[in-house]
Amino acid sequence: MTSAIPAPQAEPTSSPETTPSVKTRSTPEKKARPQYSDRVRAERRLGWLLAGPAFIVMLLVTLYPILQAAFESLFQFRLTTPDEREFVGLGNYAVILTDPVWWRDLGTTLIITVITVAVELVLGFALALVMDKALRSIKGVLRTAILVPYGIITVVSAFAWFYAFDINSGYVNSWFDWLPGIDENTNWFAQTGTALFVIMASEIWKTTPFISLLLLAGLAQVPGELTEAAKVDGATWWEQMSRVIIPNMKAAIMVAVLFRALDAFRIFDNVFIMTNGAYGTEVLSLLAYRQSISRLEIGLGSAVSVLLFLCVLIISFVAIRLFKVDLAGTQGGKS
Amino acid sequence: MTNSGTKNKVLWAIVTVLVLVYALFPVMSILATSFKAPSDLTSGTFLPSSGTATTSNYEQILVGDAQGLFLSALRNSIGISLIATFIAVVLATLCAYAIARLDFPGKGLVLTTALAVSIFPVISIVTPLFNLWRTIGLYDTWLGLIIPYLSLTLPISIWTLAAFFRQIPWELEQAAQVDGATTWQAFRKAIVPLAAPGVFTTAIIAFFIAWNDFVYGISLTSTETARPVPAALAFFTGASQFEAPTGAISAAAIIVTIPVVLLVLLFQRQIVSGLTSGAVKG
Repeated sequence: MTSAIPAPQAEPTSSPETTPSVKTRSTPEKKARPQYSDRVRAERRLGWLLAGPAFIVMLLVTLYPILQAAFESLFQFRLTTPDEREFVGLGNYAVILTDPVWWRDLGTTLIITVITVAVELVLGFALALVMDKALRSIKGVLRTAILVPYGIITVVSAFAWFYAFDINSGYVNSWFDWLPGIDENTNWFAQTGTALFVIMASEIWKTTPFISLLLLAGLAQVPGELTEAAKVDGATWWEQMSRVIIPNMKAAIMVAVLFRALDAFRIFDNVFIMTNGAYGTEVLSLLAYRQSISRLEIGLGSAVSVLLFLCVLIISFVAIRLFKVDLAGTQGGKS
Repeated sequence: MTNSGTKNKVLWAIVTVLVLVYALFPVMSILATSFKAPSDLTSGTFLPSSGTATTSNYEQILVGDAQGLFLSALRNSIGISLIATFIAVVLATLCAYAIARLDFPGKGLVLTTALAVSIFPVISIVTPLFNLWRTIGLYDTWLGLIIPYLSLTLPISIWTLAAFFRQIPWELEQAAQVDGATTWQAFRKAIVPLAAPGVFTTAIIAFFIAWNDFVYGISLTSTETARPVPAALAFFTGASQFEAPTGAISAAAIIVTIPVVLLVLLFQRQIVSGLTSGAVKG
């Protein structure tokens, strides 16, 4: 990694991440210039020596595979017939983008993303408010309870919800048979709408705790004086929320929404366990899986993977541009 | 005053119960299912019918027919997740120390890379790895899962630890040296006790993430030699061809949830601070 170290004479860049302790430590040496330069050089070398291995590993496990996928997506290539590998250029992409299956799966994925994130935001905010206001003794209990869904395996959550609603082993039908449209023969997993409902319920249950903890941290950063002042001025609870609290934690909300949206967009486990994509519930991750792992169509599967990756890039880019989500600003101790 | 105090108490009791039901109901649901006898599965009730509750599902996966399948998956999951967590935390500790303490160009690049890797769609990595692993013989091995697991555990470890390390008063180290401690003593006595909780919390969070993996597990393994629990659950079959594996899966699901519940019960405060400091405050 030593080769990556730039020229030692470079001016000491005042990176925003510079911790105060580093600054105070190196200030006295500024008078002796050659010694300073040595020191900077040593510090830079040490920095890359320590951070380098993690950096290289991250690149190896993601950048390399995605480049490999981009390369393989240009071939028609099936593992069962490896000799018939044929260069088709962007042909695979043309096949996918003209196939209604891609657009249907993209639609399903977007619906799941939008609905789950919206519900999680409301539910997570309510949970955050409860935990924020709770007394110390209850707070611990509440936090412990909501960390259980966070820590539980997604597949386990999927099975729990699946078995509860399943027409054979479930009890939901007999519990809610007084509702119109639900009776003992309701097969939740045989229609797109109801199947997606259970899939999203499991997803929401499992991931709301994460969003609520992020929002709780955001709530803690709202200056208490502001809320007090609003109260003194006679603002109602709703006015306090919409005028003071929510605007002041906009950054936390945006980060939570973006992270969760990108996560929801990659949804796989719940769909795989509950319907395996049947009845119009297939999502993009499942499409990629089906092409490459089940059908061994490496070329097509790689193209789907690359397209999925591009979708994630576009979402991040749009979110950062449109909503000015300052992801880098979330660290650095400014907030 | 006392009246509104009681009202408040009742209100809080209701809210607490609601949150507990929300958080624990699906767990209770699968716990109840895990004690149902095969004949009782279609009863349409939450709890097993009275008198029929049985531990046969647990016997089946722990000492019975499905023992080989489940116990090997459990061993794989524990081993692979622990090793992937350990490697990630070691690499991330070095990296986060450099980010929090040293001034070097490219620091932002390392953090941005970690962020980019953490939003990377896992399925996009699986296809090329599937192909590559088959060629070089890593398919269906522990190492073949540990390597891609680093893409899940390493980025969040770097962020969380960098956030923790920024809060450490590093001046203590010099203070100790001024007081006559050697460099090593100063580091061990002053810094390690401050840094250890952060490292430990990061390890728990990274472990949860590795433990939760499903996509790599089903794509890059094919037999009991490396298949982790979530993937094994998806491929479970009943005691006979005609029997649904519902009971066995539920029992297995409860067993793999126990470590999660234990860690949460013991370390909820640390986990919360780790999750939020990495993502929001820094």
